Amino acid sequence: MFRVTDKAIDLQELVNFVGDPEAGAIATFIGTTRNNNEGRKVIALDYEAYPEMAEKELARIGAEARAKWSIGRMAIVHRLGPVQITEASVIIAVSSAHRDAAFAACRFAIEEIKKTVPIWKKEVYEGGEVWIGTQTGQPLSAKQP
Amino acid sequence: MKVKVKFFAILRERTGAAEITRELPDGSTVDELWHALQRDYPKLNVPGIRLLYAVNQNYVASDHPLAEQDEVAFIPPVSGG
Repeated sequence: MFRVTDKAIDLQELVNFVGDPEAGAIATFIGTTRNNNEGRKVIALDYEAYPEMAEKELARIGAEARAKWSIGRMAIVHRLGPVQITEASVIIAVSSAHRDAAFAACRFAIEEIKKTVPIWKKEVYEGGEVWIGTQTGQPLSAKQP
Repeated sequence: MKVKVKFFAILRERTGAAEITRELPDGSTVDELWHALQRDYPKLNVPGIRLLYAVNQNYVASDHPLAEQDEVAFIPPVSGG
């Protein structure tokens, strides 16, 4: 399950999806929206995506995780549109026979999401707003790694 | 040839368009399209921005040659998560 959605993400739905009789572990990661960034008070966040490509990139991350670790099933759901403070913007769930693989794949997935998936976050402050860019060091002509 | 161009986030706001169609000489590259668009929309020139390019939803290099009906996206720094 690799998708973007305009609705609140249901953790239990992802956990149920990755459940596997052969799994001894399910690791989950929940990215939540916080009320401050670099000293500024954040009132609200708004996510935008290139939805078709974002879902393809999420699936690619899943395939890469599967090539690196022995995992069972994986789910990544990223929310779009306005997200209230404390709500989940992204949830990842991974099952595996043994816990190390699930933890590692979960960590890998969130780090990759922040690098390559075409999703953008706008932070709204009191008296202003800004598109956040975390991608660094990519020259204009560079090919995506 | 004609290509479809998608703008997102800061670039969408600066052009006021999420998607346009642009006529280009056959054999143009992504980089040539970008320079043509900067002439169409001077506000696209965001100082210091690092863009990535996607054609038909796959990342490509700036010298990637375009074909009729390609879907080209200019990807500002991503910030999901």
